[in-house]
Amino acid sequence: MSAAHEYLEAMQQELRDDEHRDPAAAPAEAVIRLEDVSLAFGDLVVLDGVSLEARKGETLMVAGESGSGKSTILKLIMRLLVPDAGRVSVLGEDVAHLTFQEALDVRRQIGMVFQNAALFDSLTIYENIAYPLRENTELDEPEIERTVRERLDFVDLDPDQVMTQLPSQLSGGMRKRVGIARAIATDPRIVLYDEPTSGLDPLTVGTINALIRKLQRELAVTSILVTHDVRAGFRVASRVNLLRDGHIVFEGPPERMIAEQDDYIRAFLS
Amino acid sequence: MAAAMGRSVRDASTGVLDYFVLGGRAVRFAFTRPIYARDTLIQMDRIGVGSLPIVLLTGLFTGMVLALQSSVELTKFGADIYIGNLVGASMVRELGPVLCSLMVAGRAASGIAAELGSMRVTEQIDALQSFGTDPIKKLVTPRLIAALIVLPLLTMIADVIGIMGGLIVSVLRIGITSDAYMLGVLNTLAESGFVLGFFPKDFVSGLVKPFVFGGIIALTASYYGLNTRGGTEGVGIAATRAVVTSSVLILGVDYFITQLMLVVLRPGL
Repeated sequence: MSAAHEYLEAMQQELRDDEHRDPAAAPAEAVIRLEDVSLAFGDLVVLDGVSLEARKGETLMVAGESGSGKSTILKLIMRLLVPDAGRVSVLGEDVAHLTFQEALDVRRQIGMVFQNAALFDSLTIYENIAYPLRENTELDEPEIERTVRERLDFVDLDPDQVMTQLPSQLSGGMRKRVGIARAIATDPRIVLYDEPTSGLDPLTVGTINALIRKLQRELAVTSILVTHDVRAGFRVASRVNLLRDGHIVFEGPPERMIAEQDDYIRAFLS
Repeated sequence: MAAAMGRSVRDASTGVLDYFVLGGRAVRFAFTRPIYARDTLIQMDRIGVGSLPIVLLTGLFTGMVLALQSSVELTKFGADIYIGNLVGASMVRELGPVLCSLMVAGRAASGIAAELGSMRVTEQIDALQSFGTDPIKKLVTPRLIAALIVLPLLTMIADVIGIMGGLIVSVLRIGITSDAYMLGVLNTLAESGFVLGFFPKDFVSGLVKPFVFGGIIALTASYYGLNTRGGTEGVGIAATRAVVTSSVLILGVDYFITQLMLVVLRPGL
């Protein structure tokens, strides 16, 4: 038995042993849908006829090599980019045809966890998490503080210890957790994760994965997880889309992807 | 070759258009809610108070050197009594506004471009957008308002300190009395006439310039900062371009404002 085969077997076993996984969950309505989306930057084609959908309450994983267009999909959903062709709909709205103000309103329904947390480095942790609350709600200061404390508790950080610190004073894993706390500060209906576990040690990867699950379980948010760390992604995702050179080459649950015989998919997983 | 040139021209045209679109939106957002008053005050502190020491030094030494250099020629004709006129006119009309703005451009434009550029490459600007915040409204408008307010104030300070520097040299080195020097300064300002019967025209002209230059500094620095590409190296490039471009624009626009002010404030000339 080859090392690659053993590795895939181990992944399959991990999924079977995972008591939190529910591969038989009933399909729900699509909250995010990309239909035949294409996008190019000059001569560089990033996405070519990509279609995918994330259903209510599920965690969809978008995997692929670096530069395959994974993060571009998140930017299209946030309407930070507009497709050259095709349709991107979020919560039933075709985001490409929204006015700037309408696009801002859609963005307020989405929490985004950035690759390097993207915390505002001149603001304290408290101010970072309070920022979306101040921008998008009418909460007064005591309510904002209560919410910030709740969110920090949710991500297993001690509010009294970290609230007054600057992002530069925290470890990479703690910054990621603060990034998640900030993303869910306003109770968004959708959470997008851009490489949430990149550059972290295995223990912290486990902590972040547990948080993503906790979010799905307790807040029932719809999530899209963009990552090239398939092993970590499989632990939280109910379905996977694999991107290659701007095309979706696989769509289905992790268990089926591991069992695929396609050379590229097996090489990617190994 | 021709295609590359065509692409360069097209990119430059797009860049100029983007610059004016940025300026237009930053101005429009100054009149719409929410108003980021706290951010504006912070920027006024950073650009204004932060630039004060360098503006004071520049003004002082410029006035001193101006008095010293002009005394060499004026003394030949027994006209050293006019040093106050020369220093006053030069500082208020030209050197105060331009040198002060160049100093602020060197200090603040690089700071703004580096800060926004760093926010761009670390996805903090994407994060702002993800919270429904328009980065131009949050980041550019406060800097623009701050620069428009503090540049004229800094220029007034530079003018006064420069004239005082000239006074020190005139009294201690050249030997003319402080009364004669100050009389020369006031005469020069009065000669140009008054706006609304009170404000010397030279003074008004000298404040219009830093107002415009403040806009140039804030917008140019923000433009390069927001368009930063390529990590930390890109941040450095953005900061350098912001200083060079805003300095060149200040010197070029200065000529046209001077020409305009001569037509508007001194139609007889």
